[in-house]
Amino acid sequence: MASRNTIVAHVEDRPGVLARVASLFRRRGFNIESLTVGHCEEPGLSRMTIVVDGDDHQVDQVCRQLFKLIDVVSVQDITYVPMVDRELALIKVSASNFNRREVLDVVEVFRADVVDVHSDALIVQVLGDEGKVDAALKMFEQFGILEMVRTGRVAMLRGTETTKPPAISDSQQAAAAIRAMLGRRPEGALPFASD
Amino acid sequence: MRLTGARILMECLRAEGVEVFFGYPGGVVLPLYNTLGEYPDIKHVLVRHEQAAAHAADGYARVAGRTGVCLATSGPGATNLVTGITTAYMDSVPMVVLTGNVARDLIGRDGFQEADITGITLPITKHNYLLMRASEIAPAVKEAFHIASTGRKGPVLVDIPKDVFIEEAEWDGYPQGVSLRGYPIMDVPREEEVDKAAEIINAAKKPIIIAGHGVVQSDAQDELLEFAERSDTPVLTTLLGISGMPEDHELSYGFLGMHGHFYANMAADSADVVIGIGMRFDDRAMGRFADFNKTAKIVHIDIDPAEIGKNFKTHAPVNGDVKETLSRLLPQIERSSHPEWRTEIDQIMEQHPTDYIEEGTGLGGPWLVRALAEATEGQSTIVTGVGQHQMWAAQYYPYTKKRQWVTSGGLGTMGYEVPAAMGAQFAQQEPIWSICGDGGFQMTSQELQTVADHNLPVRFAIFNNGFLGMVRQWQELFYENNYHSVDLGQPDFVKLAEAYGIRGIRAATRAEAMQVFRDLEGYDGPVVIDFQLEREENVWPMVPAGAALSETIESADDL
Ligand SMILES: Cc1ncc(C[n+]2csc(CCOP(=O)(O)OP(=O)(O)O)c2C)c(N)n1
Ligand SMILES: [Mg+2]
Repeated sequence: MASRNTIVAHVEDRPGVLARVASLFRRRGFNIESLTVGHCEEPGLSRMTIVVDGDDHQVDQVCRQLFKLIDVVSVQDITYVPMVDRELALIKVSASNFNRREVLDVVEVFRADVVDVHSDALIVQVLGDEGKVDAALKMFEQFGILEMVRTGRVAMLRGTETTKPPAISDSQQAAAAIRAMLGRRPEGALPFASD
Repeated sequence: MRLTGARILMECLRAEGVEVFFGYPGGVVLPLYNTLGEYPDIKHVLVRHEQAAAHAADGYARVAGRTGVCLATSGPGATNLVTGITTAYMDSVPMVVLTGNVARDLIGRDGFQEADITGITLPITKHNYLLMRASEIAPAVKEAFHIASTGRKGPVLVDIPKDVFIEEAEWDGYPQGVSLRGYPIMDVPREEEVDKAAEIINAAKKPIIIAGHGVVQSDAQDELLEFAERSDTPVLTTLLGISGMPEDHELSYGFLGMHGHFYANMAADSADVVIGIGMRFDDRAMGRFADFNKTAKIVHIDIDPAEIGKNFKTHAPVNGDVKETLSRLLPQIERSSHPEWRTEIDQIMEQHPTDYIEEGTGLGGPWLVRALAEATEGQSTIVTGVGQHQMWAAQYYPYTKKRQWVTSGGLGTMGYEVPAAMGAQFAQQEPIWSICGDGGFQMTSQELQTVADHNLPVRFAIFNNGFLGMVRQWQELFYENNYHSVDLGQPDFVKLAEAYGIRGIRAATRAEAMQVFRDLEGYDGPVVIDFQLEREENVWPMVPAGAALSETIESADDL
């Protein structure tokens, strides 16, 4: 199935890690839609949320190749697992005395926030999943979008389950945990099918 | 105890038991060279080009079964290593590559001889390090050796700025272990994966094993043999899997692929279960993916989870070290026999043997490899370049010993034959035969001086067809005989050898070749032999580029 898959990776917080990941994506011809990196609950680790365009086989390869990087501590494709995903967009909409009210109506509908006001423009902050941000953008287009930036997706599993990497202590256990993560895929699919 | 970075590095190499490394000095590694005299137990071999240092470390690693080490200075020294590092990376050869770099405060300023070697080698190393403190050297070197030699093996580069060699740090012995959270050892396979594989294998009627470099790398030759015998499964190897299975065994059917044996290709294509062991279903081995044996169930044992399912749908993936996995699989394998299946392959073999040895007195490639095999009783370690001679060496020499075969399979690096044989010779006493192309030999022949310096008993057998033979073959077959840039001039190889103070011999007939083999008995110095081959012989059989294994052709008439 071709879709946008969400991958969560924990990486060592070291210089050059991003270059390693980027180099791998470039070299293997993987298509990244978005990549966000930031701190996570554990000091020393960074958490990447990567949105990859490709079929299941390609995404499986992405995870497996990523995991081969020594600095990558864990990789999970969470596309098929219940999760929450969000992104944030800042949209500079042109708005004057004539139509500001209309713009604000749209802001309200999307439960967005106005974070800057000027006589001829507003900056609107939209928070939501990709679909919501897309829809909001579409609505603001009628007023004229002067500038726009999106953060890319961040995601987290629902419930008590986490994507946290296994602890270091036992190499055997770590290997098992990693394999379980890599093996997570839709029911019924042949393991590692290439078509 | 406080030591300089340079001494710490040497202490680490000593602790790793490094007996030899290959290198070339330059400005930024002078602090290191300044200490080499204090470490006489770690032999430094001064090469004549850094590419050769990398290939030598690679050849040494493949024959010794240990991690090879090489060293270069910053900038051009480091970039000269790149072909050698990539060669090792593609063939998963354990190697630790040491480079110097400009002083820390000059990094990133395009100073004299600065090259971003960690950036350059990102996609061609298993991992790399740029060390900014002397205190980082010991842990990084420990990790480098660990990473290079475990899991799917490969080259690891450690880049050290000049002033870090000079800086002092506390040395309290070599680190005992490593703590690499993102690098768990995945040697032991999952039980359920082993069970599933056993189930498929036990139900097979026409099973085939394709053994790759992983068998050699994990020293699993004995386990492979036991597995094959118990399940009565014919064994093919990939080009790099050669010497993972004794070829004089009745279950051995040689190697498959673009210039593999006809019967091997057919066997792979008509098996009902294909068991890939420590191999990666590469295009040169499998032919056109879409048309490789569409009905077979595929069992794939490999240490690298990313290789499983990369090119083929896999019915029974088993992620684990080959030796470890085979020893867990063995007890579950039922004793079986497949006489009909064996007969089927035997018949194809009888009808389509790889036997292109022509009558006559001239030197044909296949004849020469056979003659060499007889002269060396099939016991020699063989190193090759890339091209026709490489394929003949793979086809006609009967490999029965472990780590007897050294070739650049993944990258196909011409010029590998001279330095790799040189490096390999440091791992064993008995003379190594390097089967060279006249083209490849000219790429790295400067290393004859290094060979002479150390009086290494390597026999460089130049298969001199006066052509870039493999390219010529393609131009003949696929570009209407339009030869361009393949007829290459050459020096007088005998005189060239002599200029280096090395014995040079020429042989143009079969009788002369036989005489050469007799003359060399007991000779323990280096030799260059200019075997003057028939110029336009082709390698058969062949899977044309983009064709399927089932479309293997045996002569130009089949095109
Ligand atoms: C470094 C490098 N450059 C180019 C090639 C492409 N190539 C493959 S085989 C070959 C010809 C090799 O000629 P020679 O060494 O004389 O061996 P022969 O095929 O004649 O036995 C060439 C040019 C290569 N494999 N490696
Ligand atoms: Mg040639």
